[in-house]
Amino acid sequence: MEFGPIWRASLRNKTGPVLMALQIALTLAVIVNAVFIIKQRIDKITRPTGMDVDNIVTVQSFGFGDDFDLQESIPEDLAALQAIPGVRAVTSSQHVPLSGSGWGTELAGSSEDGAPRAGGVQYFVNADAVNAFGVQLESGRAFTPEDVEYPENFGVPLSQVIMTRAYLDALFPQGGGQAGATVYDNLGNPVTVIGVLDTMHGAWVGWDKLENVMLVPRVMPVEFNYYIVRAEPGERDRVMPQVEETLLAINDRRIVKSLRTHSEIRDSSYQGDRGMAVVLAVVVGLMAMVTGVGIVGLASFAVRQRIKQIGTRRAVGARRRDIVRYFMVENWMITTIGVAIGSVLTIAVNYWMVVSFELERLDPLYVPAGILSLWLLGLLGVAGPARKASAISPAIATRTV
Amino acid sequence: MFRYYLKLASRSLLATPATTALMVATIALGIGIFMAAVTIYYLMANNPIPHKSDVLHAVQLDSWDPAQPYREDLPEQAPWELTYTDAMALRESNIPHRHAAMYKVSLVIQPTREDLKPFQTEARLTDADFFALFDIPFVYGAAWGRDADDAGQLLVVISESRNDELFGGKDSTGKTLRINDREFTVVGVSQDWNPVPKYYDVNNGAFDEPEQIFIPSGVGRELELFSSGNTNCWKDEDINSFEEFLGSECVWWQFWVELPSTVDRDAYQAFIDAYVKEQKELGRFARPLNNRITAVEEWLDVRQVVRDDNKVLIGIAFLFLVVCLFNIVGLMLTKFLGKAPQIGIRRALGASRGAVFRQQLIEVGALGAAGGLAGLGFAWLSLKGIQLLFPGFEHLARLDLTLAGLAIACAVVTTIIAGLYPAWRVCRVPPGAYLRLQ
Repeated sequence: MEFGPIWRASLRNKTGPVLMALQIALTLAVIVNAVFIIKQRIDKITRPTGMDVDNIVTVQSFGFGDDFDLQESIPEDLAALQAIPGVRAVTSSQHVPLSGSGWGTELAGSSEDGAPRAGGVQYFVNADAVNAFGVQLESGRAFTPEDVEYPENFGVPLSQVIMTRAYLDALFPQGGGQAGATVYDNLGNPVTVIGVLDTMHGAWVGWDKLENVMLVPRVMPVEFNYYIVRAEPGERDRVMPQVEETLLAINDRRIVKSLRTHSEIRDSSYQGDRGMAVVLAVVVGLMAMVTGVGIVGLASFAVRQRIKQIGTRRAVGARRRDIVRYFMVENWMITTIGVAIGSVLTIAVNYWMVVSFELERLDPLYVPAGILSLWLLGLLGVAGPARKASAISPAIATRTV
Repeated sequence: MFRYYLKLASRSLLATPATTALMVATIALGIGIFMAAVTIYYLMANNPIPHKSDVLHAVQLDSWDPAQPYREDLPEQAPWELTYTDAMALRESNIPHRHAAMYKVSLVIQPTREDLKPFQTEARLTDADFFALFDIPFVYGAAWGRDADDAGQLLVVISESRNDELFGGKDSTGKTLRINDREFTVVGVSQDWNPVPKYYDVNNGAFDEPEQIFIPSGVGRELELFSSGNTNCWKDEDINSFEEFLGSECVWWQFWVELPSTVDRDAYQAFIDAYVKEQKELGRFARPLNNRITAVEEWLDVRQVVRDDNKVLIGIAFLFLVVCLFNIVGLMLTKFLGKAPQIGIRRALGASRGAVFRQQLIEVGALGAAGGLAGLGFAWLSLKGIQLLFPGFEHLARLDLTLAGLAIACAVVTTIIAGLYPAWRVCRVPPGAYLRLQ
């Protein structure tokens, strides 16, 4: 192909091509980095939570007044909630997973000094918790009503817990973490792990230990508590108002508040990530549009400047598709220079983000994908003007000499 | 001459409506997106109390775990909050002109009005100085006296909005308000106060709404109220009662002081260092001495109130603006060179290069102003979109006059920069070249 002549012809009027190449370079840098961030955010938002989030309703019972005893109120509330038609399972819980509010803790894998320790979050729950959260037991057993304790103060040591595979592995990095294992609380008290969960997400979606979760069969002596109500598939929205009515009917010496679906809670915790992904997606779309329009504009300009040359070429025997090819090749060369500069710029922008904001390093595969898209965008943009150029009559060559 | 050039510019711009519209739209997009990102940054990075931000200081003492820093990612930092023991001890100093120890609690308000059900709300347990410290004026009554800080008397200050809701906006001082099944006496109604960011306590969201109920801090001990903000503990302590919790190494109190001069600051630093050294003798504070008093703006910076995501967005929006500008340079080149014959004639008739150049720049400036105005509209739309994406952060997505002016200035300046080269190109058109063709 006639790369040489096309290249030299472009150099005769450098401004347009230079502008185009710079624009392509910047576009590549922004689009690749933005798409990379979008992909990470989507991955983060769509991680499996381990729970049946879409069928769960949560509500807070907040006691006030000296004659209200939260611990006493719980068995009655649970029975009434369970009796609502369409309810699959219910548990009390001190906090709601994924809500951004929780009770952190730290455990050790053995009682010796220097044993592996790991932070996680603990949920003080009731007998049917595994079922109510919809989490999967990998091994061991779920709680029974006999396991549930109602201690009078905070300091009563834990006895039996269920924990996630991730948390157990963090406490037993060498292996051996399984149902029946013993872990140790921060005072060195032994705690028996009676069941292991596949996956369950904890309180803070931005925390790297989100999957370190422990369920404790216990109702704490505090003034507030949540109920996790898991509905049968499709029944959630019907069950939801009845949850509040049921609780209010039982006891008015407390406030029933924060009636929310679990999916709403999850969505609001991921609001920042989702918002960032959407904003970036809009910018990427606009950027592609602006650059596309720019390509069309500059190509049209180039065609208009060369009407006479095109006519002349046609008159001396160039076919229409030779003209189309000419502009395609010219555009492709400009785009290629643009993406070459752009690749360096992309890495530079990513480096800036890694250093300043602790973002992840770019997956290198995104760069060729971006280059391919911009080649395609360039060829699409130039196709129209090139076709118009090919329609220029050879006779024009003789007209204005 | 300027008006004549403006007329020429408008004629030229209207002669090619499609190109003009495209240029205006491109500027508008670039400026709109950039301004939307800048607006949010500007509000997040706002100084919430400019006239006092240099004298208000957050106090930190490093009472944390000898084995590891409070924050692994910020090892030089001390805990954000204080233990009960330390907050109470710091209150004894007279060096600060004012001081306020505080934490957030959840309370149940039981209105006397029949039509209102009991409701739960966030409240702040704090000291008498709180209101003067943060410059919160009173509508009715006043703060409780300093002597009531620790007395455990059931006193309360409510905000104007709460007063409207609970007492129909009348002077409620001296009336009783039932909270957590106890009778509190209203001593004052404070003006509504919504600092952005919520600098005095950024622990649970720097852009949350502030509390509207204020109670003397001693009441927390009387009613055994745990913090509804953050409580962080490191020590392996056996805590079985509220009393033991108060004596623990858990941190959950914020502490602010007013230190007007460097002399005060030095004296106060010496005071807290001396206090910590004394505590070290008692076996506490095993970490190296690291006590900090930090003024408002630095505090907001340290607490990373402006999110990294927002800074990334500003960077990306800026690059987008640059791409839009490159695009406009291309469009203007096309347009101006299209006018070359006309300019050739004007040059031949005696217009100097400078005159042609100036005239082009005025056209470019007009284009920029139009783009800026349209960009404002676009920024407004983007902010509306952002409000939809971030419910609860609506107050961070509002344009004000400063920003609107900035947007237009930004549009004009950047467009003129973009127009320099095309204008220069076109004024170099040789006067004779196009006469021959006609």
